Amino acid sequence: MARITLSGLAHSYVPDPADPDDWALKELNMTWQDGSAYALLGASGCGKSTLLNIISGLLAPSRGRVFFGETDVTDAPTAERNIAQVFQFPVVYDTMTVRQNLAFPLRNRGADADYVRRRVESIAAMIGMEAELDRKARGLTADAKQKISLGRGMVREDVSAILFDEPLTVIDPHMKWELRTQLRALHQQFGHTMIYVTHDQTEALTFADRVVVMHDGRVVQTGTPEELFERPEHTFVGYFIGSPGMNLLDAQVFGDTAWVGDHAVPLSGNYRPVRGRVQIGIRPEFVSLTSDGEGLPVEVSRVEDVGRYRIARAHHEGEPVNAVVAEGAAVGTGRARAVFAPERINVYVEDWRVAPEAEQGRAAR
Amino acid sequence: MNRTVNQKAWFLVLPVLVLVAFSAVIPLMTVVNYSVQDSFGNNQFFWAGLEWFEEILTSERVHNALGRQIVFSAIILAIEVPLGILVALSMPKRGFWASLSLVLIALPLLIPWNVVGTIWQIFGRVDIGLLGWTLRNLGVDYNYTQNALDAWITVIVMDVWHWTSLVALLAYAGLQSIPEAYYQAAKIDQASRWSVFRYIELPKMQGVLLIAILLRFMDSFMIYTEPFVVTGGGPGNATTFLSIDLVKMALGQFDLGPAAAFSLMYFLVILLISWVFYTVMVNLDRRGER
Amino acid sequence: MSSADTTDIPGDLAPDRARARSARRWRPSGSTLVMVLYILFLMLPIYWLINMSLKTNAEILGTFSLWPRNPTLANYRTILTDASWYMGYVNSLIYVVMNTVISVAVALPAAYAFSRYSFMGDKHLFFWLLTNRMAPPAVFALPFFQLYSSVGLFDTHIAVALAHCLFNVPLAVWILEGFMRGVPREIDETAYIDGYSFPKFFVKIFMPLIASGIGVAAFFCFMFSWVELLLSRTLTSVDAKPIAATMTRTVSASGLDWGVLAAAGALTLIPGALVVFFVRNYIAKGFALGRV
Repeated sequence: MARITLSGLAHSYVPDPADPDDWALKELNMTWQDGSAYALLGASGCGKSTLLNIISGLLAPSRGRVFFGETDVTDAPTAERNIAQVFQFPVVYDTMTVRQNLAFPLRNRGADADYVRRRVESIAAMIGMEAELDRKARGLTADAKQKISLGRGMVREDVSAILFDEPLTVIDPHMKWELRTQLRALHQQFGHTMIYVTHDQTEALTFADRVVVMHDGRVVQTGTPEELFERPEHTFVGYFIGSPGMNLLDAQVFGDTAWVGDHAVPLSGNYRPVRGRVQIGIRPEFVSLTSDGEGLPVEVSRVEDVGRYRIARAHHEGEPVNAVVAEGAAVGTGRARAVFAPERINVYVEDWRVAPEAEQGRAAR
Repeated sequence: MNRTVNQKAWFLVLPVLVLVAFSAVIPLMTVVNYSVQDSFGNNQFFWAGLEWFEEILTSERVHNALGRQIVFSAIILAIEVPLGILVALSMPKRGFWASLSLVLIALPLLIPWNVVGTIWQIFGRVDIGLLGWTLRNLGVDYNYTQNALDAWITVIVMDVWHWTSLVALLAYAGLQSIPEAYYQAAKIDQASRWSVFRYIELPKMQGVLLIAILLRFMDSFMIYTEPFVVTGGGPGNATTFLSIDLVKMALGQFDLGPAAAFSLMYFLVILLISWVFYTVMVNLDRRGER
Repeated sequence: MSSADTTDIPGDLAPDRARARSARRWRPSGSTLVMVLYILFLMLPIYWLINMSLKTNAEILGTFSLWPRNPTLANYRTILTDASWYMGYVNSLIYVVMNTVISVAVALPAAYAFSRYSFMGDKHLFFWLLTNRMAPPAVFALPFFQLYSSVGLFDTHIAVALAHCLFNVPLAVWILEGFMRGVPREIDETAYIDGYSFPKFFVKIFMPLIASGIGVAAFFCFMFSWVELLLSRTLTSVDAKPIAATMTRTVSASGLDWGVLAAAGALTLIPGALVVFFVRNYIAKGFALGRV
């Protein structure tokens, strides 16, 4: 087990990248702490699988170095890196039995037969396939096969890290939850570093200690689920995490007030003058609708009941403004005023969050 | 595949049925007809019963041709299948070189069979052929028109030259269907090259390899043109395979009765072996679905 | 604590890129060696044929050389100016194209029936069709000769085209059925709901979907019809005589005109090479008969 450090890493699939768009992975420096469970979250095509394959050594990066602990493994083949990886679609050796499949990574490393047998049986118990151990893998269903793939990924105890590339795509919803819980339990038990790639925010937020959000070939934010929710560092994080995503409105910011058109929105702190495209972001959870008084005038077009709460879909001059309304609170369609909780408003310049002066001062100190 | 029952589908099959009936059933009936009759010329025929079948079954000439045929098919399968797999494994996976190798490899398959014979007839000649001339100058006493072993080697090398590509292309198609993730998983599991072949590539090629073996078996069992052009069945009868013998009998000597009986039994043998292959293939398919 | 940091890509990537390149640079491997040797093995006899076709008979028989010392196109001129030679190519191409069109046209509806419907005797019929692919042409040579003679089709292009249907139709049905199985049934049902009649649906919607399958089937029909000699020789004498037969007869008559023989052989490589070149991107899939 080891800490994984990426230094100046970038990757392009074209031989001579000229345009920034040619880079599937833009320059990246980060450290993955030993023993943590990470989720790598992003929409498809954002570079998360590329990053995963570079870490596992299936792909050689165009530039930059990869360190496991203090060792530079950039040029080391996959086998030497001692990692396990589970792929999106089941990879099983069809002609082998389930038992042989699970034992395969151990046998290839020359593990002792007795150890292999015990280890395979405990993994089989974990994925719930003890009964099928001596069946051929060939005729099994897709989710049984994927469970074997997961089992093969976890069968080795000495791995530096276990990488999961959207491993639950083909699994039934109820099984998904169960397997994720088991992965989590396994993580707590053995303390492997785990990196879990997904495009599903629920999966990411429930699995990981820390979530790494990727967008357009960059890591836009790394943080705990709470940090991602409360302080999205990039408009993409705000939009991608949460349901519905963060409201974003073009605004002008002067001191402690944001101006959306002619309407003043109070902020919780003082901001230095900024240049470029400025937006304010507020999560629907922190928007309250009132029928009179202060607030941004909006037109509520629809109210959706999603169970424990309701979502009011509204617009301010064509821009969508959503609000989460508690069960039982009276809200109707038509004109209303939207009030934003000032301490929950984030200010973005060119999509990146800027902090108020007070916070910057704290950080500097 | 859940297919709906619909007897009207017969109308869609009808054109094929009529066409194949015309070009297969009628000629086959003619063959059956001849096989049980004797003729003394003048289009007069007499009932001969199973006489011709007995004659063929006990004919040493046919036995020998059958023996040669089986040995020939066994040898070329034993060479072409492993070699074809090796070539498929060695082919570039994509890009310019992949296209180029595909075109070059497929080329022998599209040469008329007698031209294949002609190419090797020339190539092996000791006076004007590169192969024969080189061997002669290396001190090898090689002459495919005189020496039975040399004739056999020439015919086998020619068949390998002509048909290994078919096996290679089929195997290549099987390999292309393997998702990249399988190779990646194998790397992560530290599988050896042999394990990758044994547990990933071979199982995925199984289906197409069966097709390849079936096609190669059938076609090698029916081989006529290429050895006929090169050796004419000789020297002596050394390379007289079943088809060559049959054509000699039917068109050369015009022994219609025995030739017809021979044809029917020849056809039945191929059918029988192919049926075994077909059953095995279907069973494998079913086992895969279960 | 982990940290994430992003910056733009600097313009100067030279040192790292050089390393990346050298790591992935082509180096000779076992695979390359196998391919080079195999392709060499395939190309040498073909090269020798072309080499000979560019020599005069005197040079072929007189001196042994790895390449023509005095290259001449005289052999090709002989073939391309003599109708009895070049008509062989024309005849071959006529019946090959006829056969390809007939085979694919009748195989399409049949393959559709096999892939979509279950009907009485379907499995037996399918197997019976395949058995025709297994029939040795030698068995059929004589009965074909008599059959086509009796209906007055002897020595016509259509006779050869029909005879080749014996093995090409089953093959085309087999290939097309494999490709059609890959098209979901829902497409048919949607089209019927949208009010398409069967023929209109088949031509307008279904055929474009299996275009590559049709291409592959046509390629195989072309190939097997083009390379076959036994039946085409038996069923023709003058008017429809294929190039392959022209070659064999010239050999036995004029004895040793190696140059012309080699030139004729070299010319038969061209249609095959052209066809392979055009379908090169579908070859792999095609040779798996749509079953991978």
